[in-house]
Amino acid sequence: MELRVAIRKRFTSFDLNVDFTVSQDRIGVFGPSGSGKSTLVNLIAGLQQPDDGIIQLDGTTLFDAKTNVPTERRRIGIIFQHPHLFPHLSVRRNLLYGHTRCTPENRKIDIDSLVGVLQIGHLLERGVNNLSGGEKQRVALGRAILSNPRLLLMDEPLSALDDTLRFQIIPYLRGACENFGIPYLFISHSLLEMRLMADRVIVFDNGRQTAETTPEELARDRMGISTVGYINLLHLTNPRERGGITSFQWGTEELLVSTEGGTGENLFELSSKDVILFKKHPEAISARNLLHCQVVRTFASGRKIGVELSCGGERLVAEVVAEAAAELGIAEGVEIFAAIKASAFRELR
Amino acid sequence: MLEFSSAEYAAILLSLKVSVVATILSLPFGFAVAYAMTYRKFRGKVALDVFVNLPLTLPPVVIGYILLLLLGQRGFIGQHVLQPLGIKLIFTWKAAVIATAVVGFPLLVRSIRIGMETIDQGLLQASCSLGAGWFDTMLTIILPLSLRGVIAGSALMFARGLGEFGATIIVAGNIPGVTQTIPLAIYEYASSPSGDAMAIALCVVSIVISVAVLLFHEYLSRRMTRGD
Repeated sequence: MELRVAIRKRFTSFDLNVDFTVSQDRIGVFGPSGSGKSTLVNLIAGLQQPDDGIIQLDGTTLFDAKTNVPTERRRIGIIFQHPHLFPHLSVRRNLLYGHTRCTPENRKIDIDSLVGVLQIGHLLERGVNNLSGGEKQRVALGRAILSNPRLLLMDEPLSALDDTLRFQIIPYLRGACENFGIPYLFISHSLLEMRLMADRVIVFDNGRQTAETTPEELARDRMGISTVGYINLLHLTNPRERGGITSFQWGTEELLVSTEGGTGENLFELSSKDVILFKKHPEAISARNLLHCQVVRTFASGRKIGVELSCGGERLVAEVVAEAAAELGIAEGVEIFAAIKASAFRELR
Repeated sequence: MLEFSSAEYAAILLSLKVSVVATILSLPFGFAVAYAMTYRKFRGKVALDVFVNLPLTLPPVVIGYILLLLLGQRGFIGQHVLQPLGIKLIFTWKAAVIATAVVGFPLLVRSIRIGMETIDQGLLQASCSLGAGWFDTMLTIILPLSLRGVIAGSALMFARGLGEFGATIIVAGNIPGVTQTIPLAIYEYASSPSGDAMAIALCVVSIVISVAVLLFHEYLSRRMTRGD
């Protein structure tokens, strides 16, 4: 997919002025609320018209001084913040709404394979008003994918869901698009969502793109200014109950986590603020996890120094102030101990 | 026991016929005007709004007189459109239909508009992004989702049509068996010394029909709500 967007749109409160070209399939648009992200979605989808500029998708001009392809002919799917399912149609008829309007030569995805990927087969004959929030968003995703779009715009699709649902839906969003080869633009103000959904991120502020980077670099850059620090995402496996806490496998290491059981593979978040570094092995500490690590690299972020550690084949980021870094003698290749309390982990799914 | 003569039966049937035909004929226009007023931006929107709603505030007699001036033999439409086509409207039941349609039209448009305004804009954007053009969206999303408004408007217009008097008597007259509807018949009986009983009986018929229409409307609304 190649998307070129160079447009301007004036509003009374702010001006949107963007110019970017992206060629990856999983693009994130990150920025605070009110920065113009949703306006950008509307302009790319054709729901609003730019004052001037150009929008091209895979070499086809969707908008310029002479062209303005209407929304219904752009073949750009949208997943909105709210599912916007048609309340008078069943789940099946919602799913097929775009499919039946797609020309036969573009109809590459069939309902049976999609229903399997999204696990909504049992919902097909039901009305949409009694579905749960997560089911509704899955149906909305399925409906957009079945319209066989060239590009899918996901406009804060998780912000109306609670945390548990958010992280349950993410694998569906990403998995379904990968499965059916649909590139997407994922719009969100959540850095964590960006890291789970995007390979490349356009950072947006006040109607302009301010940077283009990877989600990982963005997270490291923002570590120093973020109240939650850098969020380590840990895929933990093989849960075993051990005296009121659960032991998980993490690379070759074992981690003790204050959680009730696990489902086999669980995703946990751990803030860089919750990792305490020791120069030498401490005699005894209250934290239940003490990992022997090696410093891979350090990076500056605001007033903090991020320390990327290699522990049992996995990566972990801790943050320290410059004074602590000097005392610990932190440098590339140095061996160090990282202590993490069992209660510092938060289960995402 | 009071028995209706053929003239009273004719008045009842004519009232029903005029209201039904006026409502059915107005429906597509009412829907189109409500759609334009809700979803389209165009010059003269305010003027159209005032024009459509004018019959609500004008005395029906004034509407009847304006229609008479337009549709009569010397009227603009009567002379240039109807006469060449050999159509005579004034003092026929068709004139009563037109009078009823004009008087009830704003009620129909208002109800459909309220129904349309409650439709989430996001649904329309979703349908567009799924490949449906405006006409497709209108038929498959807006029409079914504003159906309650359409039914409410039709019921209101039908009920208003049953009571239509002022405009009808001017353009259609009060000819028993031809243009005499229930209100006109009641007016005639109420004006005659011995007509009280028959006037009251026709009033009862009016009430029964109106209650039946309202109950039918309520039944449909409940069914549609349950259908959610």
